[in-house]
Amino acid sequence: MCMDIAKIDNIIDKHNAEQSSLIQILLDIQSEHNWLPKQALDRVGERLDVPMSRIQHITTFYKAFSQVPKGRHQIHVCMGTACHVRGAQRVLDTISDAIGIKAGETDAELKFSLETVNCLGCCALGPVMVIDGEYHGNVAPAQSAEVLKNYE
Amino acid sequence: MPRINSPAELEEFRRAILSKRDDKRPCITLCSGSACHATGSEKVADAIMAELESHGLKDQVDVRRTGCHGFCEQGPILVVYPEGISYLKVKPEDVCEIVSHTFKEKKLVERLLYVDPNTGDKSSHEHDIPFYKNQQRLILGLNTKIDPKSLEDYLAVGGYQAMAKALLQMTPEQVIGEVKQAKLRGRGGAGFPSGTKWEFARNAPGDQKYVVVNCDEGDPGAYMDRALMEGNPFTVLEGLLIGAYAIGASEGYIYVRQEYPLAVDNLTVAIREAEEHGFLGKNILGSGFDFTVKVHRGAGAFICGEETSLLQSLEGKPGEPKPRPPFPAVRGLWGKPTNINNVETWANIPVIINKGAEYFSSIGTESSKGTKVFSLVGKVNNTGLVEVPMGMPLRDIIFKIGGGVPNGKKFKAVQTGGPSGGCIPEEYLDVKVDFDELMKMGAMMGSGGMIVMDEDTCLVDIARYFLEFLSDESCGKCVPCREGIRQMLKVMTAITQGKGKEGDIELLENMAMATQGAALCALGKTAPNPVLSTLKYFRHEYEAHIKEKRCPALSCKELIAFHIEPAKCKGCGSCLRKCPANAIEGGKKTIHVIDQEKCTKCGTCIEACPAAFQAISKLSGVPVPEPPAPSARALA
Repeated sequence: MCMDIAKIDNIIDKHNAEQSSLIQILLDIQSEHNWLPKQALDRVGERLDVPMSRIQHITTFYKAFSQVPKGRHQIHVCMGTACHVRGAQRVLDTISDAIGIKAGETDAELKFSLETVNCLGCCALGPVMVIDGEYHGNVAPAQSAEVLKNYE
Repeated sequence: MPRINSPAELEEFRRAILSKRDDKRPCITLCSGSACHATGSEKVADAIMAELESHGLKDQVDVRRTGCHGFCEQGPILVVYPEGISYLKVKPEDVCEIVSHTFKEKKLVERLLYVDPNTGDKSSHEHDIPFYKNQQRLILGLNTKIDPKSLEDYLAVGGYQAMAKALLQMTPEQVIGEVKQAKLRGRGGAGFPSGTKWEFARNAPGDQKYVVVNCDEGDPGAYMDRALMEGNPFTVLEGLLIGAYAIGASEGYIYVRQEYPLAVDNLTVAIREAEEHGFLGKNILGSGFDFTVKVHRGAGAFICGEETSLLQSLEGKPGEPKPRPPFPAVRGLWGKPTNINNVETWANIPVIINKGAEYFSSIGTESSKGTKVFSLVGKVNNTGLVEVPMGMPLRDIIFKIGGGVPNGKKFKAVQTGGPSGGCIPEEYLDVKVDFDELMKMGAMMGSGGMIVMDEDTCLVDIARYFLEFLSDESCGKCVPCREGIRQMLKVMTAITQGKGKEGDIELLENMAMATQGAALCALGKTAPNPVLSTLKYFRHEYEAHIKEKRCPALSCKELIAFHIEPAKCKGCGSCLRKCPANAIEGGKKTIHVIDQEKCTKCGTCIEACPAAFQAISKLSGVPVPEPPAPSARALA
């Protein structure tokens, strides 16, 4: 895969290449690419003079980061307490059955990535699922699987 | 924009803003908090603009996009001023009628008003709706009046008055004295006296000190920090600045979860505006006080809400907690004295400085002063954010403000304090909510999540849920937390799957005590609370799971089955069409049957079965009756 190193450098420069901004830099790269390619991490390590072990520690410690490519469509199912008591698990199970992957996985065609999140702060609308940033509130299991058919 | 160099210039600027405003001028405010955003307030806003344009009213009506009003389930919320008429669940197609009826003919659009589900009464104003009527919105109140991206709006409602007063008329010691006298306790959950905390940081030796806002609200079921940061970032900034002045800090950080992008955006705008007007930077209001602020996004780790972890994360490291002492007040960020407070705590500061300690401490109970924002969610009619004086009984919050449990179900318990808290059963609903009373109940204030549960919620499963959450979120640094939670979770999972054994309850109790006593930080120390509180009040449910392999709430998936009662089935096919697992057999005028092997127990069939038939039931602890033979399934 071809990486645009200049783009990575831009992000690093925006944070003045400060070691303390490591997490902020990785977040920006993640939102640009949807994941953290190895080449990008190498560049960050080089420019910030931070050992790869520390970068790896951070990318595995924080949930926002992924070191594998993500699908074209990202499904987030909220598993917060309010959603849980209103049946979030059933929604998750149904979606998981419908697209054939478990939470945390991406399908082989890179179409969907399925993730759980611990509370999106939309507790009044539970259960909530978010597809590519679009919120679906008060979803019933069957309806959630139905919505997914609209995605290519 | 001009830089404002003195309190006199600030007041002059405020007067200039107010002189341009007219209270009697028509104005539409539209809630644009995250929940309303999710239910489509963006499209409603577009419709409002288009509609005003087409009526030629664009220059006569103001439109204001505000932060969260709190009544989230009824969003998008639209309020028409000067009358203050409140329309709920507004859709883009309703806007035409609102403009033509309410603005042109001064009539109400009846169908968009609030209808009390219990009495059928309609309310046309926010202050008449029971949900709002019983609240005291000291902190959240401004959310409905200002656009979170407009500093002018904030100044128009008296913003930055407290800052001017603190910087120019009070010494740092006086500010701390005022906060101490107000008896403000930290709203992050533990309830430590804020003034005392500030004093520790002020008295700690060192020239460089820091102040930090904790907006890493990872608590599932709580979102008041989000609503405040999104809806009124100015007040948080103002509180932080006053705190920095009192403590002697020249730099501040605002740590916000990256899951809250709107909060980050609005905050960034608020900081830029403050910098341009000279409310941040050098020599603020000519007082000689310098202060700068940076925003730091979290990266998805619950533990970063714990203050020592948060500081690690701010330094660009994994957010692992450190033993205390030394406390951050002595050795915090980069080893310097640091004071961390939660968003809501900082937001209380301008109120205390403006109205005085005496006013503030007149609200609340003996040991807990002021108000507290709760997120009232779960199985309750009026879900949303609720701000009440400390000491209000749980029953009033859930039934008066929350309107009770929906669908005629029975109230079972309320969970407060998130993963660190506990479940309170019905017989203790009259307990007055404050820091100490909740603690006595084996629950906690926490950050203020209040999750209502009805008879369909399994409390054993809820305790398991929190353990699962915490086992996932434990940073793993200390053994009692890492292993203690994981082993408790194993036992709990087995119980909810019907694989519980005699002695499991005692084992859980032992592990809970060990984890509580030995974990390094608050995450581990409080992790057993949901288990212990459910064991205390709902032990019989554990016993039913273990001894009878039965889930009394008919909720635990492995212990329940769905069954169509042949006598009630009308062969309509609703369930068959909706079943996502193709587990239902049947045909026209034929009794339907669920294939227990294929059934994923998602419950779609129960929702699909027409209410008049109610042919599908859930079973637990009893065998599923044999379905009628295929030859006997035809209906007359």
